[in-house]
Amino acid sequence: MTQLTFARAINAGLRKSLESDSKVVLLGEDIGALGGVFRVTDGLQKDFGTHRVVDTPLAESAIVGTAVGLAYRGYRPVVEIQFDGFIYPAFDQIVSQVAKLHYRTRGAVKMPITIRVPFGGGIGSPEHHSESPEAYFTHTSGLRVVAVSNPQDAYTVIQQAISCDDPVLYFEPKRRYHDKGEVDESAALSSALPMDKARVLTEGTDATLVAYGPLVKTALDAATAAADEGISLEVIDLRSLAPVDYDAVVASVRKTGRLVVTHEAGQSGGLGAEVAASITERCFYHLEAAPVRVTGFDIPYPYSKLEMHHLPGLDRILDGVDRALGRPNSLSGLEG
Amino acid sequence: MSTDETGHGGAITPDNAGESTASGQELLQLITPEGERISHPEFDFWVKDITDEQLCSLFEDMTVIRRIDVEATALQRQGELALWPPLLGQEASQIGSGRAMRADDFVFSSYRENGVAYCRGVDLTDLLRVWRGNASGGWDPYSINMATPQIIIGAQTLHATGYAMGIQNDGADAVAVTYFGDGATSEGDVNEAMVFAASFQAPVVFFCTNNHWAISEPVRLQSHIHLAERATGFGIPSLRVDGNDVLAVMAGTRLALDRARRGGGPTFIEAVTYRMGPHTTADDPTRYRDANELEDWAAKDPISRLASLLDRKGLLTAELQEQVRRKADSVAAEMRRGCTTMPDPQPMDVFKHVYSAPNSWLERQQDHYARYLASFGDPAGAVSEEGAR
Repeated sequence: MTQLTFARAINAGLRKSLESDSKVVLLGEDIGALGGVFRVTDGLQKDFGTHRVVDTPLAESAIVGTAVGLAYRGYRPVVEIQFDGFIYPAFDQIVSQVAKLHYRTRGAVKMPITIRVPFGGGIGSPEHHSESPEAYFTHTSGLRVVAVSNPQDAYTVIQQAISCDDPVLYFEPKRRYHDKGEVDESAALSSALPMDKARVLTEGTDATLVAYGPLVKTALDAATAAADEGISLEVIDLRSLAPVDYDAVVASVRKTGRLVVTHEAGQSGGLGAEVAASITERCFYHLEAAPVRVTGFDIPYPYSKLEMHHLPGLDRILDGVDRALGRPNSLSGLEG
Repeated sequence: MSTDETGHGGAITPDNAGESTASGQELLQLITPEGERISHPEFDFWVKDITDEQLCSLFEDMTVIRRIDVEATALQRQGELALWPPLLGQEASQIGSGRAMRADDFVFSSYRENGVAYCRGVDLTDLLRVWRGNASGGWDPYSINMATPQIIIGAQTLHATGYAMGIQNDGADAVAVTYFGDGATSEGDVNEAMVFAASFQAPVVFFCTNNHWAISEPVRLQSHIHLAERATGFGIPSLRVDGNDVLAVMAGTRLALDRARRGGGPTFIEAVTYRMGPHTTADDPTRYRDANELEDWAAKDPISRLASLLDRKGLLTAELQEQVRRKADSVAAEMRRGCTTMPDPQPMDVFKHVYSAPNSWLERQQDHYARYLASFGDPAGAVSEEGAR
């Protein structure tokens, strides 16, 4: 076990993948000498060379599009999109090419591309640096989408994503980059929890609280606070956003009878809507209350002095838990 | 787009269509429209090995792909294909470049390069799968080293550039060749591909088929300079070749391939030709272009041009013509047979190959749909051949 920051854990996972498979190449802006704007790729170009850790010109569509060509040639490209809000120029290549080539070629061409995306807010940055675009990609068939919440998963899942033959969007919660955690670098990848499985972090009986990425820590804090009031929350770290591991969520909700799902992204058409609908379909007769979503608002990501109003925090999550439990809450007395 | 001051305004004619008066970049020609072989101090070298027999073979190839095109158009009119994008008029561009490549080169094309696919050895039935609606891609790209046709305009140029970067990493001397049209040169992807190709000196050939029309939009709407001149701004050497002259196309492509193999980086080729047919069988060019223009370009027809050269050389014998006609007819018949006997895909095939490994979301939907179909007593619904893979 080693104490690593989140960013160093991803770095260690990337290093391991570069070492174990000569077909792994990294592409992105400023990922070489600088080590990326968040230093996630720090030292990798120095150790693996400019042909495997490639500083690219500033063109996101080309970064993803050339990764497609490299994948055609048998490579496993790992692409860094510098910030969430910079991914849109690459949207066509991701949606029309990366996601569809396996289908288009009837399985002949694999697209083992990992697209790393630092995402989410809470770091006080200007526009385009704090977005949560995951639902665009969870809605796109052919992609797998994961969001990691802790250094151990960051280390393990990046390797699982790289070794996956399908394209993977790997969302990194940038406000957690400096959080430290224990990372077991010796554990075999084969014995790790599969990338598409959710993990129950705390067992509870009163309500199921589903979170992913940056809000997992907030959800755990909320569970601790709720426990002080005698409320037992079962916190699930979704980990995989496409596909969602519904078996895990269903099992939990059948036990607790209540569901709260939280994410930073806006509410309408977001992943929380998908989880709430699917759980309602599958657990209707086990639910004691309507599923509750605690999410960002349907607004452009706001300027930093107001971002904490937009981001679901511990208290808003607990307010949502109160709604699910029928306890007094901010919306008490409102219909629907 | 209105007229301008540089000679592009007004009705387009073969004399000014896509031809900038602002530039003097030479149009490489080795065979005149009348079929005269003219010598060129630099480019003769690149076709000096072409024998009379090979000239006849190029004539056969061009005739065959025109026949394929005619047959596919007929199949569409007869309701056997949903759509077809004709290549009529572009035979020299496709055969001249397609026959210049090696088997280990890799092609990333648009949807009109059916003649190039023929050069790569595509199965004729595979050529039609997409257009019959039986698949989203017709063939295994690795079986002929050619990606299946790209419909998003210009997107494939990035794939070619990335593939070429892979070739570089492998230390191989293959080349990625990407085909795209005049309209595509306005797309961001094509411009980004040129940036990346130049920065990494990737072994890629940008083969731009300037057929003068992007559906209804004339090339002058895309550019007021020769398309080839755009490349020089990226630091990529470029050529303008007469796209209706099979030898000029071959010479230019060979030069570009050779440069890439030797580590000289990318080359941009503008093949100046003309889309004599509609954009696709769903298009109606009479709404936007002058019949005289078509007539003028018909006089530059690439197949008649090569035929005239063969005639001058005494090679256009009745025997050759009969042999070529028979070959074209047999290819067309084989393609028609493949088209009409192609088995329809089965309902549950719709779920196949979305992912390479099982996906719980899709498996559930597949299972539910199979049950739904089975509820009608349809055996196809009850059978899942491969799972959600």
